[in-house]
Amino acid sequence: MREIAVVAFAQTRHSAVDEGLGEAELILPVLDEVRERSGLRKFGFTCSGSCDYLAGAPFSFVSALDALGAWPPISESHVEMDAAWALYEAWVRLQHGDVDSALIYGFGKSSQGDLREIMTLQLDPYYLSPLGLDQVSYAALQASASGADRAELDEVVRRSRAAGRDNPYALDLPDPSGDGYEVEPLRPYDVAPITDGAAAVVLAAGDLAREVCERPAWITGIAHRIDPHYLGMRDLARSASAAEAARAAGVGKGSLDVAELHVQFSHEERILRRALEIPDSTVVNPSGGPLAANPVMATGLIRIGEAAARIMDGAANRTLGHATSGPCLQHNLVTVMEA
Amino acid sequence: MPSEELIADHVLEFPGGYTRTTGPVIGRFLTELRDGRIVGVRTAGGRTLVPPLEYDPDTGEAVTGEFAEVGPAGTVESWAWVSEPRKGHPLERPFAWALIRLDGADTALVHAVDAGDARAMRPGLRVRPRWRAERTGHITDIESFVPEVTRIVSPVRAEYRVKPGKSLARFLEGVERGIFLGCRCGSCGKVYVPYRLSCPECGVAITEEVELPDTGTITTFAINNLPDPRAPQVPFVSAYILLDGSDIPMIALVGDIPAHEVRQGMRVRAVWVPEEERTASMSNIRWFAPTGEPDAEL
Repeated sequence: MREIAVVAFAQTRHSAVDEGLGEAELILPVLDEVRERSGLRKFGFTCSGSCDYLAGAPFSFVSALDALGAWPPISESHVEMDAAWALYEAWVRLQHGDVDSALIYGFGKSSQGDLREIMTLQLDPYYLSPLGLDQVSYAALQASASGADRAELDEVVRRSRAAGRDNPYALDLPDPSGDGYEVEPLRPYDVAPITDGAAAVVLAAGDLAREVCERPAWITGIAHRIDPHYLGMRDLARSASAAEAARAAGVGKGSLDVAELHVQFSHEERILRRALEIPDSTVVNPSGGPLAANPVMATGLIRIGEAAARIMDGAANRTLGHATSGPCLQHNLVTVMEA
Repeated sequence: MPSEELIADHVLEFPGGYTRTTGPVIGRFLTELRDGRIVGVRTAGGRTLVPPLEYDPDTGEAVTGEFAEVGPAGTVESWAWVSEPRKGHPLERPFAWALIRLDGADTALVHAVDAGDARAMRPGLRVRPRWRAERTGHITDIESFVPEVTRIVSPVRAEYRVKPGKSLARFLEGVERGIFLGCRCGSCGKVYVPYRLSCPECGVAITEEVELPDTGTITTFAINNLPDPRAPQVPFVSAYILLDGSDIPMIALVGDIPAHEVRQGMRVRAVWVPEEERTASMSNIRWFAPTGEPDAEL
C-alpha cells in the first residue's frame, strides 16, 4: 500500500440557518483554506460528496464545480454520499500511483428542505419509502431496539453540546432539557441539529505529504462495510458492518487517543463504541460531533478531518474518524490515522 | 446586500410518480398482498424472508422460488411512538412504528401499529393487519397493524332506591344543622360517631345521644392518586379522624393542605358549606382542614 496522509483540513463555521450563500459560495472559502495550508493549487484528483435532494435540483453538484477552477479539464469525480466516501475514492485513486495529491470536499444545506422527509427518499421504494418512514422515526426504532438508557442518552447530548460550544465551527446549543418526545423514545435534543456547512481535505502521498505538512496524519487503515438495507433483516441493536470495518481498518492494533464518530442520534454512540471497540480512555467527539453540528454530506468528512487535525496539531498520535450512511447506521467507513 | 432577502418556493416532484418494475419476488409479494395474503420467500438456508428479497442478505445468494404464506398475526419486536404524525405517515392519529415478526417468518416487517396509546405498546405485543378495502398491490394495502383482541369492556349498571336507615337519617339531620351526632353505649361507655342504635361491641341498644364538636385528630390517612367524583382534586387525602370526645374515628377528606404535609396526630376541623346550601348529606362537609394547633398524642 502507498503511504497516504491527510495534510490539510478546513471547515465552515456551520450555521443553523440558511445564510443565503449558494453552494459554490459556501465551498470556496474552505477550498481556499486547504489550498493555502497545503500550498497546493493543482491536484491529481478531485472528488466531492453531496446530495442533490438537499437542494432539490438534479446535478446540483455540477454547479459547485465553479469553486474549483475546472478548466482546462481536471480529473474529477463525485459521490452522491457523504464526502467521507469521496475521501475513500480519492485514497483508492492515489493507490494507483500515478498522482500524488487529491482534493476532497463535501457540502450540504439541510436548511432548504425537510431533512426528515428527504431522508425517506433514500429508503427502498417498495417496502419502506411508501410508508412515509421518516429519518427520526427509523432512528427511534433503532433507539428502541437497542434498549437505550435515558440517562446515558442525556449525557451523550450534554457532553457533545458542551464540546460543541468550545468548538468555534460548531453550533452554540444549550444543555439538553425538556421531556417531550420527537418520536418516542427520542427527544428533540437526541437528534442532530439542522445545519448548513462544508468541509475540505487534502490527501497527499509519501514524500509530497512530508513536504507540505509538518506532521501528516497518515492513513494506516481505511475500510467500509455495509449491512442489509431493510431494517427487519438485521439486529438494530448492533452494527455488524461498523465492527467489520473497524477490524479491516485495524482499529484494535494500537491505542486510540481520539475517536470522531458520526453520531446523528444520541443512541448511536453506544452502538458505535461497542462495534468499534473503543476503549473508555479514548476521547470521543472532542469537536462535539454531529450532535453539535451536522452539515449533511460534509459531516462524515469532518469526522476524518477533525481526527486528522488532532494529529497534525500534535495533540494525538493515533485517531479514528468514522462516517456512516443509510438508515440506522447501515453503511460504515472507518479511517485510522497515525502520526 | 439587498434590504429584503430573496426567497423562492421550489418543489421537486415527478408528476404521476416514478414507474418501477417489481421483479418476480417483490411482485409476487405485492400480488399476494392485493389478495389479502402475506407471503415470505425461502432462502437456500431455509429461512423465510418477510418482506421477500431477491437475494439472501446473509449470503448474497439468490433466494429459492418457494413462497410461504406467513402471519397474518405477528409479534412486535420493538417500536417507536409517533405522537404527532407527519403528512407522509400512514395514519393521521398517534401510532407506533414497529418491527413485527409475522408468524412463520424469520425476519421482521416494518409497519405502523394503530394501538391508540403508547402505553398499549410493548415488545411481544401480538398484532394483525388491518387491510384496506381497495387493494392495489402496494405495501400500504395493509393500512396498519392492530393489536389482537385480549380484553373486552362489559358495561355494568343497576339502579336502586335506598333509604339511609333510622340511625343514619338521624345523623344526617344533625349534619344538616352543622352538628355531628354521636351516641354513648350505656354498657361499655364508648362514644360512637356517626350516631347508631346499637353498640357493635356489647350488642345492646344505645339510647343516649351525644353532640360532638367538629374538631378532631387524624389517626391515619391515605393519599389517593385516582380521581374520585367526591374528591376535589387528585391527589386527595382521605383520613380517619377521631372527633374530640369520641372513641371511634370516622372517615373524611382532608383539604386546604398539600397531601404530603398531612400526618398522624394532626389537629383538624370540619369545613362546612355555607348554611344556606346545607342539606341532609355528607356533602355539607367539604373536608377537614388543619386547625394549626400543636399535634395531639395518639
